[in-house]
Amino acid sequence: MPGIATTDHAEILRRPGRGGLRAALLRWTFIALALTFLGGLLFAPLAVIFGTALGRGLPQAVAIFADTDTRAAVQLTLLVAVIVVPLNTLFGIAAAWAIAKFEFAGKSLLITIIDLPFAVSPVISGLVYVLLFGAQGVFGQWLIERDIAIIFALPGIVMATMFVTFPYVARELIPLMQQLGNDEEEAAITLGAGGLMTFVRVTLPKVKWGLVYGIILCNARAMGEFGAVSVVSGHIRGLTNTMPLHIEILYNEYDFVGAFAVASLLTLLALVTLVIKTVVEWRSGSRGS
Amino acid sequence: MAASGGWRQPSILPGFGLTLGFSTFFVSAIVLLPLGALVLRTASMSPADFFATVLAPRALASYRLTFGASLLAALLNAAGGFLIAWTLVRYEFPGRRLVDALIDLPFALPTAVSGIALTAVFAPDGWVGGWLAAQGVQVAYTWSGVVLALTLIGLPFVVRTVQPALVEVARDLEDAAETLGAKPFTIFRRIIFPAVLPALVTGFTLAFARGIGEYGSVIFIAGNLPMRTEITPLLIVIKLEEFDYSGAAALGFMMLLISFVMLLLINTVQAWSRRRLTVGR
Repeated sequence: MPGIATTDHAEILRRPGRGGLRAALLRWTFIALALTFLGGLLFAPLAVIFGTALGRGLPQAVAIFADTDTRAAVQLTLLVAVIVVPLNTLFGIAAAWAIAKFEFAGKSLLITIIDLPFAVSPVISGLVYVLLFGAQGVFGQWLIERDIAIIFALPGIVMATMFVTFPYVARELIPLMQQLGNDEEEAAITLGAGGLMTFVRVTLPKVKWGLVYGIILCNARAMGEFGAVSVVSGHIRGLTNTMPLHIEILYNEYDFVGAFAVASLLTLLALVTLVIKTVVEWRSGSRGS
Repeated sequence: MAASGGWRQPSILPGFGLTLGFSTFFVSAIVLLPLGALVLRTASMSPADFFATVLAPRALASYRLTFGASLLAALLNAAGGFLIAWTLVRYEFPGRRLVDALIDLPFALPTAVSGIALTAVFAPDGWVGGWLAAQGVQVAYTWSGVVLALTLIGLPFVVRTVQPALVEVARDLEDAAETLGAKPFTIFRRIIFPAVLPALVTGFTLAFARGIGEYGSVIFIAGNLPMRTEITPLLIVIKLEEFDYSGAAALGFMMLLISFVMLLLINTVQAWSRRRLTVGR
C-alpha cells in the first residue's frame, strides 16, 4: 500500500490557514475523535500485549522461553521462515521480471492468481492441502503406504505458509519495476551484459528497498500465520506447533503472561517491519520518485 | 499484442522463458493444484449432500454472522477510516507520523496476537471492557466482538486507499468555492466527498472482503457458540476436526465462490473509480 509522501503533506500545511476559532475547534474535535477510535482499537491492544507480558516483571516473561515446548515452537517458526521466505523471494523476483519487463497473453490472469491468497480465507489455504495430502485426501492412501507425512508435519506447514505469503515480494516489486521502465536494462543488454549481470547491476540497485520491504513483510506474515497453519498442523506440542499456535495453547490454558510474552516477540517483529517500511518510503520519497 | 501475431511482444531483454516458466510452475503447484483438489472434492459430492451441508441451519447462521459482521465492520471502517485519513492528511499534531506509521500494524501483526490482545482489552475485566461492562455493554464473546475484530483487521485498507485520494483533492477548487461563498460543509459535500468517494468505496470493499475470510483475530473474542457467534471459517475447521472432509470442502467451496464474487466486485469498483476520476479531470 502506498504511503503518503511527506512533501505532499508539507505542501498542504503550508497553505494559508483560514478559519479562526471554529476551524480550530473542528480540527481538534477531529483529531480527538480519530485518536479515540485508534486508541481503543489499535493502541490499547498494542499496550496490553507488552503490559501483560511484563506485568509480573521481565524475568517472569523471559522464563517462558526456557520451556521446551516454547523453544520448539520458536525453532519451528524459524525453520518454516527459512524455507518459505527464500522460495517466495525467488518467485517474487521471477514473477516481477516476467510481468514488469514483458508483454504477453495471459499476463492479467497471472496477476489475478498472484492476488488470490489475499482474497481467500486462510482457513481455506490450509483446507486445500488437507484435501490433497490428508488421510482421506487425493494422495492420502499413496502417502500412507509410503509412510510419508505431509499433513500434521513440517511439509504441510511449509506449504500452507507458502500459499498465504507468496504474493508479498511479487506485489512489492511489480509496480516498482513497471514504473521504472526497461530503458536502462535494454541499454545494458545492448552493451553486451548478460541477463543475470543486468539484473544484479542495473535492476537490483533500483528496486532493492522495495525488495527488502517485500521480504521483511513476507517474513513477518510467514512467522505470524495462524489460520492456514492451524488447519494443517495438528497442534502436536513440541512438534508441529508454531509460535502463533503456541500462543493460542498458552492463552487457552490461562497462562496469559506466557501467551503475551511469546506474542510480544512477534509484535516486536511486526513493529520492526513497520519501521523498515517507513524507512523504505522515506528513501524512495527522498529520491524524488 | 505482437504485430507478428505471437502471444508476446518481442523484447531484447532475456529471461522471459525462465522467469515466466518458474512463476507459472510455482503458482500451479502452490495455488492451482490445491484449489483444484477443493473443487474436485466438492464435485464428487451428490447434489443432495452438498446442499444439505451448505444450507444446514448452523451453516446459514454462520454466513449471516460472517457477512453481517464484515459489512458492519467495513461500514465502521468507512466512517472511522475516513476520519483518520482526513486527520492525518489535513492536520498537524504531535505524533502524527508515528500514528501514520502504526496504521499498518494490523497488516504486520499476526492475527492470533491481534485476537488475544483485543480480547484482553475488551473482556469484562479489561481496560475498555471493564468500563463498557459498567455501562451494561458486553462486547467480548458476543457478535459485537466479531465486528470489533474485523474492524481492526480492515482499518488499514480504508485509511491507505483514502489517504492518497485526499492528498489529490484539487485545493484550488476548494478555494474557488470558498471565494464564491460556499460554506465549509457545502465544500465538503460538493467537492471533497465526490473526489474521495471512489477510493472510499474501494477501501470499503477491500475491508469487507478481508473480513469475510478472517479467522485468527476473531475466534478469541467471538465466544464461538454454534448458531450465535460462530463464523464460517471456524465451522470449516470444526468439520475438519470431525474428519468430515466433504463437509469442510463444501463450505470451503462456498467461501471460495464468495471470494471470487468479491474479487470481481473489487475489480468492477476499481474500474468504475478510474473512469470517474478520468471523467472528472
